[in-house]
Amino acid sequence: MGRAVSDGWLLARILRAPGEAAVLDAAGWTDLIGIARAEQMIGTLAMRLQGVAVPEGVARILADARASAEQGRVAALWEAEAARRALAPLGLPVVLLKGTAFVAGGHAAGQGRSIGDLDILVPRARIDEAEAALLAAGWEWVKSDPYDDAYYRQWMHELPPLIHRDRDRMIDVHHTILPLTARIMPDAAALLADAVPLRAEKKGGLATLSPHDMLVHAAAHLFADGDLAGGMRNLWDVHCLTGEFGVSGLTERAQHHGLWREVSRALRLADALYGGGGNAGPVDRLYLRRLTARDGWGRATRPFVRQAFYVRSHWLRMPPAMLARHLWIKWRKAS
Amino acid sequence: MPDTIYRAAAPDTVRTAELDAFTAIYHRASGITHLVTSPAPEILAMLGGGGLTRAALLARLAADFDLPDGDEGALAARLDELVAAGLVSAS
Amino acid sequence: MRHVFSVRVGPVGFRVGSDWRAPIAQLETLYAGYPKPEVPDFSVRLFAARPWRRFLRPSVMIGGDFVLPEAAPLPLAQGLLAAEMGMNLQMALGQRRYLLLHASAVERDGRVLLMTGHSGSGKSTLAALLSRRGWRLMGDEFALIDPETGLAHAFPRLVSLKNAAIAVVQAAASNARFGPLLAETPKGAIRHLVPDADAVAAMDRPATPALLLFPSYGHAAAVREVPESEVFVRLTQASTNYVALGERGFSALTGLVKAIPARAIDYPDTESAVAQVDALWGGL
Repeated sequence: MGRAVSDGWLLARILRAPGEAAVLDAAGWTDLIGIARAEQMIGTLAMRLQGVAVPEGVARILADARASAEQGRVAALWEAEAARRALAPLGLPVVLLKGTAFVAGGHAAGQGRSIGDLDILVPRARIDEAEAALLAAGWEWVKSDPYDDAYYRQWMHELPPLIHRDRDRMIDVHHTILPLTARIMPDAAALLADAVPLRAEKKGGLATLSPHDMLVHAAAHLFADGDLAGGMRNLWDVHCLTGEFGVSGLTERAQHHGLWREVSRALRLADALYGGGGNAGPVDRLYLRRLTARDGWGRATRPFVRQAFYVRSHWLRMPPAMLARHLWIKWRKAS
Repeated sequence: MPDTIYRAAAPDTVRTAELDAFTAIYHRASGITHLVTSPAPEILAMLGGGGLTRAALLARLAADFDLPDGDEGALAARLDELVAAGLVSAS
Repeated sequence: MRHVFSVRVGPVGFRVGSDWRAPIAQLETLYAGYPKPEVPDFSVRLFAARPWRRFLRPSVMIGGDFVLPEAAPLPLAQGLLAAEMGMNLQMALGQRRYLLLHASAVERDGRVLLMTGHSGSGKSTLAALLSRRGWRLMGDEFALIDPETGLAHAFPRLVSLKNAAIAVVQAAASNARFGPLLAETPKGAIRHLVPDADAVAAMDRPATPALLLFPSYGHAAAVREVPESEVFVRLTQASTNYVALGERGFSALTGLVKAIPARAIDYPDTESAVAQVDALWGGL
């Protein structure tokens, strides 16, 4: 195989067509594993390559990655169960978001997926009750800094993060899927009203967002709530969700939340990376350059493209004057 | 409101190993290992999957262990620890 | 990366990429007798925080597949140490096949002596000394327990000797090969001992654990039996991946604890420690 410089496209190509891994030489495998680890997609890759003939050393690495993802799945589901037990007395449904929702719902996007914190959605009117119940059940504040705390409560779409004192795992309690400073205001009530219960018989059980809302959330998270970090994984989620649930009615749902622009771009980018589609326009191609900016050592590349997106993400999240104030307070604290 | 029923994690969701005076319990549902000592294993065995109310459990433990009344508080605390650890569920 | 080195130590392959030639040259010399992996399990990167720091007061940042955000850089003169720390970090954070015990391991007649303890307990020094007295060195830092078989796998990387241990081992192993003396590292003086050719030649041969010791340096000689529950707790603390392995970790660790005797030994000097080991081993 020719030794073109590897980037995120190598990972995208093998996820799209695992059979193409047959042409990889040792150096190609080394790059692929380095990129997949850096994008936190080694478990996803390992699941995609199950059953594909790979060199012996690679087979061991992939088997370990599958076992690791499985252990991560168990831990994530247990955190969800712990939150359910803590919030059950309130009669609140615990709506799981992101990775935990994918594994709890048994969705394709959850196959081998790495999962960090537990993210849940609760009604805004009851978030104080939820906070009190979690504190009573062993979760504690991560930050005691009064500025950060006030910042979260006033401007973000979630409580300041809580960590469980025994299990050392974080929970993010959201009441909507975008910060209150973002110009777009998704319909949080509709997210909750259309949530899909995982265990229908139990009041105060676990639920996930509806399939289309899961996709809308993935798109919102990618473009409006981050600097595109983790974007390859996020778009894999989008790719899997469209594959599993189709796109019928998606346009209307995304428009209802005011996120059609983000969703349509996510669909084009996911298709370009993982579907082999060629509908990417010039701006999409800039996004793709940022998303795939990773070398075979797992290093972030293309710093200028990255920097552009970092500034962009902050300006999306907060009105400009607020950004200046936020940065100023951060700088003062650092000195 | 009916009394809360306490149930132990199902036997197929735990693995145990006896280590002198202690019992190591691996809880498959959480991936967490607990190292417990008497009377925690006895509490788990008594509750089983069927479950008991707190009062019924304490009465049976007191009978089996021949405890003076004052230790009920300690037994209740062990039960609460098992609930917090997730090895016992309350509903 | 500009300069690349790869090596297989026991069942684990590494590649180390570096912005500088010097650490790679040292690794090539010291690991000359080791095989190369086909596809490495882990990557380590030694890099300059800023481009000009390659030349100006060069300091080595440690990166790789698995990283700790708070890892501080080292001066270029300690680049070899940075590489070894980077490889250790990959094992500590990324190893998922074997239960990883922070322990040294030596083998005799197909049976393994494991020694674990805090830094300064002397487990590395004792392993190095025993390897000069007919034992096979399996590793001075990590013991790998296979959850499927219960066997210990060798991981004989360079033996990291610190401070007073350097002279002790140099005196006992005058014909051995050593790396450069690294002065004033964050852990004091460090010098690496190259495992002997036999240890490297036999590194693919796992063996059965037979005895676990918790050595403790600086006390009058004493031996204490350690109960199973205490062994279990101490080994969960000595393992970086017990939790990550889930049930396989539980099987491996409870299996090991139940299978082999464990003793805490206090010793005033290395001669007494070796004598204590001989006595305990003979009594098995």
